[in-house]
Amino acid sequence: MKREFDSAKKLYTLSLLVKDIPGVVSQVSRLFSRKGYNIESIASGASKEPGVTRITIVIRGDELMIDQIAAQCRKLLPVIAVKVLDNESSIQREFALIKVKAKDLNTRSEIIQIADIFRANVIDVSRQTLTVAVFGGSDKTTAILDLLKEFGILEVVRTGTIAIERGRSTIYDETKLKEEYNYGKNVL
Amino acid sequence: MKQTISVLVENQAGVLSRITGLFSRRAFNIESLAVGVTDDPTISRITIIVDSGNSVVEQVEKQLNKLIEVIKVRTLEENQFIGRELVLVKVNATPKTRPDIMTICELMGAKVSDISPTSLTLELSDTPDRIDTFEAMLRPFSILELARTGVIALQKGNGKI
Amino acid sequence: MKIRATQAIMECLLEQEVDTVFGYPGGTILNVYDELYNYKDKIKHILTAHEQGASHAADGYARSTGKVGVCFATSGPGATNLTTGIATAYMDSSPVVFITCNVTEPLLGKDSFQEVDITGIAMPITKATYLVRDAQSIPGIMRQAFAVAATGRPGPVLIDFLKNVTNPTEMIDYEFIPWYENRTWGSVRELSESHGLKAPEPDHEDIDILAEMIAQSQRPLLICGGGVVRGRADKEFRAFAEKLDAPVAITLMGGGGFPGAHPLSTGMVGMHGSRASNLACNECDLLIAVGCRFSDRVALNPKTFAKQAKIVHIDIDRAEIDKNVLTDHHIVGSARRVLELLNERIGQYDHTDWKEHIIPLRQPQVAEASETLTPKQVLETIRRLAPQDTIVATDVGQHQMWSIQYFHFDYPGQLLTSGGFGTMGFGLGAAIGAKCGNPDKVVVHTTGDGCFRMNCHELATVEHYGLPIITVVFNNGTLGMVRQWQNLIYKKRFSETTLDRGPDFVKLAEAYGLRGKRVTNLQEMEEAMEEALCAGCGYVIDCVLDMDEMVRPMVPGGGNITDFLLK
Repeated sequence: MKREFDSAKKLYTLSLLVKDIPGVVSQVSRLFSRKGYNIESIASGASKEPGVTRITIVIRGDELMIDQIAAQCRKLLPVIAVKVLDNESSIQREFALIKVKAKDLNTRSEIIQIADIFRANVIDVSRQTLTVAVFGGSDKTTAILDLLKEFGILEVVRTGTIAIERGRSTIYDETKLKEEYNYGKNVL
Repeated sequence: MKQTISVLVENQAGVLSRITGLFSRRAFNIESLAVGVTDDPTISRITIIVDSGNSVVEQVEKQLNKLIEVIKVRTLEENQFIGRELVLVKVNATPKTRPDIMTICELMGAKVSDISPTSLTLELSDTPDRIDTFEAMLRPFSILELARTGVIALQKGNGKI
Repeated sequence: MKIRATQAIMECLLEQEVDTVFGYPGGTILNVYDELYNYKDKIKHILTAHEQGASHAADGYARSTGKVGVCFATSGPGATNLTTGIATAYMDSSPVVFITCNVTEPLLGKDSFQEVDITGIAMPITKATYLVRDAQSIPGIMRQAFAVAATGRPGPVLIDFLKNVTNPTEMIDYEFIPWYENRTWGSVRELSESHGLKAPEPDHEDIDILAEMIAQSQRPLLICGGGVVRGRADKEFRAFAEKLDAPVAITLMGGGGFPGAHPLSTGMVGMHGSRASNLACNECDLLIAVGCRFSDRVALNPKTFAKQAKIVHIDIDRAEIDKNVLTDHHIVGSARRVLELLNERIGQYDHTDWKEHIIPLRQPQVAEASETLTPKQVLETIRRLAPQDTIVATDVGQHQMWSIQYFHFDYPGQLLTSGGFGTMGFGLGAAIGAKCGNPDKVVVHTTGDGCFRMNCHELATVEHYGLPIITVVFNNGTLGMVRQWQNLIYKKRFSETTLDRGPDFVKLAEAYGLRGKRVTNLQEMEEAMEEALCAGCGYVIDCVLDMDEMVRPMVPGGGNITDFLLK
């Protein structure tokens, strides 16, 4: 039977393990721009092994397109592993720093209250500003941003989402698909 | 020397590969990279950390400024910014080792985000150094999987990009 | 053993049993060329007229011999001149290692003289790119580059050496390891460990499923794609086709993968495919595509393509599965291995009724008598007079389609054509490469007047190295294929396709020190061809043809595969 692909556009999360060499991020991100797709968020940081970076990409698209891009990513030499994660079976977190105007004592305590509700931390204070650090799902960041808007947001920086599967399974797990990808890459 | 560069860009396809291309062209490796939208959904903020000399970063900064999609670039001076990173880590955990891991979590201010009979998934947001320490503390229990966001940074005090 | 870095580059080429390289020197690659001077009795260098010619020659060499082609160029314009050649090799999965040099490390990224980010430019059109900044890494990178180019789905690889790395004072440790050891063990071992790669043994369950599907099928059809040619799986494919007793449609890139004159062959499939092949796609109940990527020139409309049939895709590259056409079943693995396993699994089938329905639809190609010369007559003359194992290199356009429709290709590497990228000007370079790699075979280069003008300066290379390549120019004074579209689709508005201009190709050949002849009828064509075959030097036959000849049949792009615009 032909494979059924979900044609609805939704957010997908791709986890990649790549070798830490110059140009690898550019190589990966070009696969997306080639097809004219915009990356919703990308986060690239260390993984458990030195010399290997873990890149997490969130992208809006349909299943066929995600399948294609995952297959294309897998063909790149520096790419070691690729896994598509869905929202239900994975933990998704992002981190944001928000600098808000806080001129007087009143606004300051109000902001601190909001921060407390969101379990966010105030990590820097100056005469006129407060810097709040918040982490959780990306909708949480959006919600706190909405609330803080009325005080006047000076700047925001977000890490982009990282994700990890629930339970014991990891990106390193062997699957038939992964083996198939490997043939496409190389070796006699 | 490690340098932190903040870039505001238009949120559209291909911007990221153009920017990262400027680094790889000079054979620089990007240590960490974080991209997220700002309060304005048409604008993204990219935080890049590279390990290289001053003159090089200055060059790249100029080149970045020339790109049409780039709105603003700023290299953050050391000690003048707050840098934070988020980590998700899945660690091997038996009923026996679980309490030890929990103690480490408490000490470091990490949270448990998922649990299975043989593993624990933890999250921590902190400075990169503290995250390195956290990782080192967990290593003896065998880390199954680990993902870091890359550092994001804001200037201390009133200053903004 | 300590040797010079450049010496290590040459030794690594010798490890890979490279005896011919194509290229063009320049400022930054001088150190490498200086070393080549010491190795000139072991490595033959073919100096072309332009880097693009060199890139196509290396590609043609690789396609015709099955070995890895090697091409040198300098930084900046030298490197960018390669890009069309790199992309051509990439689209057609041809194993070529491109070696360029860049400026010295301190000048990198400063817009120095003749500096360009070639590794960045080549990234989307190569399997891998390497920027070499440390001389010690040369042997490792060279071995890995050759392994990557030749294994799996083959393709081009680019190595860019910084000039300081090739400095004569750079000394490195080096130990000779022959390619069959280093390709399996040395560098690929490292790669396969870090990536957890295994030898591509196809999944045996997948093979059983296909065997079962074959047993259920009444009207199977086979498609022979470029993977059969690149994987040199022609014997296994033929055995499979004969066991299955099914018609075989051949894609453009599959030419040579299955004998064109075989009683099971239905000819080319796709936009200019034969009636038999295209109808079979729409009438079969099981379509087995081997090493074919269902490009938009084959599966014109992926939604209607063989939609009544179960589609099975055999390919070495997982990324091709479900890319263009959704398939019912797939097997990932090399064509040769998969077909070997299948041949063990299946018995002899008989599909006489189905065959008798489809195969007669393939009309024999006969050239009608006519006073003026026709393309059919030109090709028939070549087919009749040249040996059957003649290698044919084509350019792109009408003459390309005619050449593939009329000639029968028997072995992989006999047909050299730019299928995926459609590079005009590919043919002469490829023919040079093929002749260098196959000195005992006759090489015919078919081209149109438009294509020939693009790279005809390579006639200088043909002359200098005494390569008896026969160039047949289908000179209709127009960009024939574009004109055909303008004729049929653009209401005969012939915008900028008429090529009523010089040069005189016969005089051009003579100017380069070669021989040439203009022919206007069948008899002249025969005489010219006979003369060319025993000329012992490059020969240009300028065939004067009618401007409005068309390639038939034709299905418009994106249409249903049986909606012929031209019968």
